[in-house]
Amino acid sequence: MILSCKEVTRLVSQDMDRRLPFGRRVALRVHFAICQGCTNFSRQMAFLRKAVNQLGSKTP
Amino acid sequence: MNDDFRSRVERERAYLLRYASLQLRDAHAAEDAVQETLVAALAGEAGFQGRSNLRTWLTGILKHKIMDSLRRSLRESTLLPDEADAAEFERLFDARGHWIDAPGAWADPDAALEQSRFFAALEACLARLPQKIAQAFMMREHLGLETGEICKELAITPTHCWVLLYRARMALRECLDKEWFGNK
Repeated sequence: MILSCKEVTRLVSQDMDRRLPFGRRVALRVHFAICQGCTNFSRQMAFLRKAVNQLGSKTP
Repeated sequence: MNDDFRSRVERERAYLLRYASLQLRDAHAAEDAVQETLVAALAGEAGFQGRSNLRTWLTGILKHKIMDSLRRSLRESTLLPDEADAAEFERLFDARGHWIDAPGAWADPDAALEQSRFFAALEACLARLPQKIAQAFMMREHLGLETGEICKELAITPTHCWVLLYRARMALRECLDKEWFGNK
């Protein structure tokens, strides 16, 4: 299954909220291996989660 | 009542108010949630007893008050049709679904987490989100609710729920990219 970058952004977001079916997870990995933009996107999503989680605890 | 405890709790009011406003996006609701928190804290002084830090303890109480308030406000409102689709992000992709301008790497993002200016930028980005999207996102990412619970509170389908969270994440990524990581 070949994913477009647009589909990847949606799946990366969904993956943060539910367990994706095995086939989708494999398709994501395959896509990341060849797409730096989506790899960056995925790391940024993980970072966003971490940052929002810490919101409030680091403010004066 | 221990006056020293009361004044220490009062000193946290401004912080708590800012924290509540960020998630509730409604000055009156935030004021109410903080007031309820302070009352509960003063009544439950014995529950504190130097466990953890005072601010952490108060924030823990406030989170519950925020949840109650969000539940009430979400139950009373209906989702606008344009809040349930992600068409605004179509512009990032070409007809085949490829990035028109692919995301560049963020330089040392973890260093940002040490800077209060970064959190101010993140708050400003959150403030730009439409209210319901911001509320759903904070319920998921900050208060840690499961998507199923959020859908139930919002009385929408899981698909719509994912769209709300997707929109929040896309918008926040774009905003931080521009405002903090300096990619144009």
